Amino acid sequence: MFELLGVSPQALFGQLLLGLINGAFYALLSLGLAVIFGLMNVINFTHGAQYMMGAFASWMLLNYLGVPYWGALVLAPILVALTGVVIERLFISRLYHLDHLYGLLLTFGLALVTEGLFRREYGISGLPYANPLPGGINLGFMFLPWYRAWVVAISLVVCFGTWFMIEKTQLGSYLRAATERPDLVQAFGINVPRMITLTYGFGVGLAALAGVLAAPIYSVNPVMGANLIIVVFAVVVIGGMGSIMGSIVTGFGLGVIEGLTKVFYPEASNTVIFVIMAIVLMVRPQGLFGTPK
Amino acid sequence: MRWSMKILAAAAAMCVGAGLAQAQYSDGAIKIGVMNDQSGLYSDLSGQGSVWAARKAITDFCKTTTCHDKIEVVFADHQNKPDIGSNVVRQWFDVDKVDVVVDVPTSSVALAVNNITKEKNKVFLVSGAASSDLTGKACTPNTVHWTYDTWALANGTGNAIVKTGGDSWFFLTADYAFGHALERDTAAVVEKSGGKVLGKVRHPFPGQDFSSFLLQAQQSKAKIIGLANAGSDTTNAIKQAAEFGIVQGGQNLAGLLVFITDVHALGLKTAQGLVLTEAWYWDTNDANRAFAKEFAAANRGNHPTMIQAGVYSAVTHYLRAVHDLKSDADGAAVVAKMKAMPTDDKLFGKGSIRADGRKVHPVYLFEVKSPAESKGPWDYYKVRATIPAEEAFRPLADGGCPLVK
Repeated sequence: MFELLGVSPQALFGQLLLGLINGAFYALLSLGLAVIFGLMNVINFTHGAQYMMGAFASWMLLNYLGVPYWGALVLAPILVALTGVVIERLFISRLYHLDHLYGLLLTFGLALVTEGLFRREYGISGLPYANPLPGGINLGFMFLPWYRAWVVAISLVVCFGTWFMIEKTQLGSYLRAATERPDLVQAFGINVPRMITLTYGFGVGLAALAGVLAAPIYSVNPVMGANLIIVVFAVVVIGGMGSIMGSIVTGFGLGVIEGLTKVFYPEASNTVIFVIMAIVLMVRPQGLFGTPK
Repeated sequence: MRWSMKILAAAAAMCVGAGLAQAQYSDGAIKIGVMNDQSGLYSDLSGQGSVWAARKAITDFCKTTTCHDKIEVVFADHQNKPDIGSNVVRQWFDVDKVDVVVDVPTSSVALAVNNITKEKNKVFLVSGAASSDLTGKACTPNTVHWTYDTWALANGTGNAIVKTGGDSWFFLTADYAFGHALERDTAAVVEKSGGKVLGKVRHPFPGQDFSSFLLQAQQSKAKIIGLANAGSDTTNAIKQAAEFGIVQGGQNLAGLLVFITDVHALGLKTAQGLVLTEAWYWDTNDANRAFAKEFAAANRGNHPTMIQAGVYSAVTHYLRAVHDLKSDADGAAVVAKMKAMPTDDKLFGKGSIRADGRKVHPVYLFEVKSPAESKGPWDYYKVRATIPAEEAFRPLADGGCPLVK
């Protein structure tokens, strides 16, 4: 048996798989950000808070209304997406003619307010949420919990579904066209403002879906998104702002790299992504999959 | 002529008197600064609850004693960052005339505050931070470490586990001063009782996903995975260990610092059977229960942690010392007075403060109840053992504190 720097191949396979699982979360979250940025040119800093709201929505559905996990998987993203639609109509839609920075400041402020409200109501320690798929399978090199396998599967389906919809369908072509020339698309009789509202709602729904998936394995607490959002932004920057495929591939890829760092040099595991970001920005400022503007 | 001389003398005497009155309490007020995590992962176990406890201590103290008419509480959020904590405390001492800093969870911040307090000759009452270095090589004549420390945790939980057969350990350690201290102190206990430490991994603080570290722990084949972390780091690790079948695989977890708020967050189904060390629990006597009831009414139904109870107890003793001295100006003198007086309050009972600044009292080894055993919300612990005050903390001579000769 070969060994790499004192780590057995079993351990390495296990860590690769775990990296892929974490990458699934990064991919789902950065996908939502990429959709919103790519089609609306808004840097959505509320994304972490919306991920948190997804997790809380599933907790509330279970504890106040008795809706189990599988129901929450569908309902929670829709509910959180609706709040996104309201936010877009009330606030964000008034900023499209201004610089990106205003949208960033607004959404960042909204995130702080949302997190503050949840913290006031539920405290910080977190809420228990039972695992809907306990148990797992022994793969020989590691024990794979069913739930983690499920997370990777659903994340892959959703990511590539979204990519297909935006890049390969007629609806997607309308969306992309509306980003380039909203006036022209409007002239063809397509309701561009409504399409943009729904796009934002969809992006928010993706964040909430990631939140529902996270609820059984991470602590459901008001700052769960704040910890993650910075990493996810780095993923989007590395992948290329607004590139759908870029965010998916980089999400999974960086999950794996982070996982390997946890084996070889755990102390650096939360900085490695930023080191990569710095290198990518130096070598290829538009990101790995981005096109220079 | 004689008259005016008399008046002059009286006026002069009054001036001197006024001057003395000013020297008694610096700035005319006793100002207590509660600094802790008000928004992050330690805010439920300290946070506003500690501020409430400090205020409650003042109210209760003034009910039984004629107290100074100006005792104020201010509070601040250090966000678990030493630089922010240092800035706040300097501002408090230099500009806002704060006399005593209380609580300060997160050992890295506490160690920074520890230095500044000594430099400015104020008082530092630690309840939240755990590092046993605060009464070891970093001890100062201005600091009292009140509630618990890493040595006491290691001694309580570590010993109990090694005695029941858990003799090989792997540590999952939060990568900062507290985690390192807890790991060091526990490893010492394990090795002293004949156990072995097979490995360790240091995770970034705060962490989110522990599966990778748990997998490394699993491969070490150690019987016990010691969690040298706190707050949501611990709850996340325990939750994910359940998911990855660590316990079914024959390994056991040792939460080296678990608070009642963590057990509440995990739920009894996940947390049952955990063995943990705490210095205070709300459901051990009537005085504690009455305190918890009032606390819960003011804090969203949460019950007090040992840290918040420790803030109450520490502030009470501080007020007694300051009122005895009739001065809060000289921090080292106040702490010397606190060490000279035996401690006695309704939550921690009778105790004392050692020369190195360590407050000593009994410490308890608890086991988390099963859902069937629990009679209701917050009924979480049963006592497995009581460790008497003289055995609960590191022997005075072993800490390396320069104040101990």
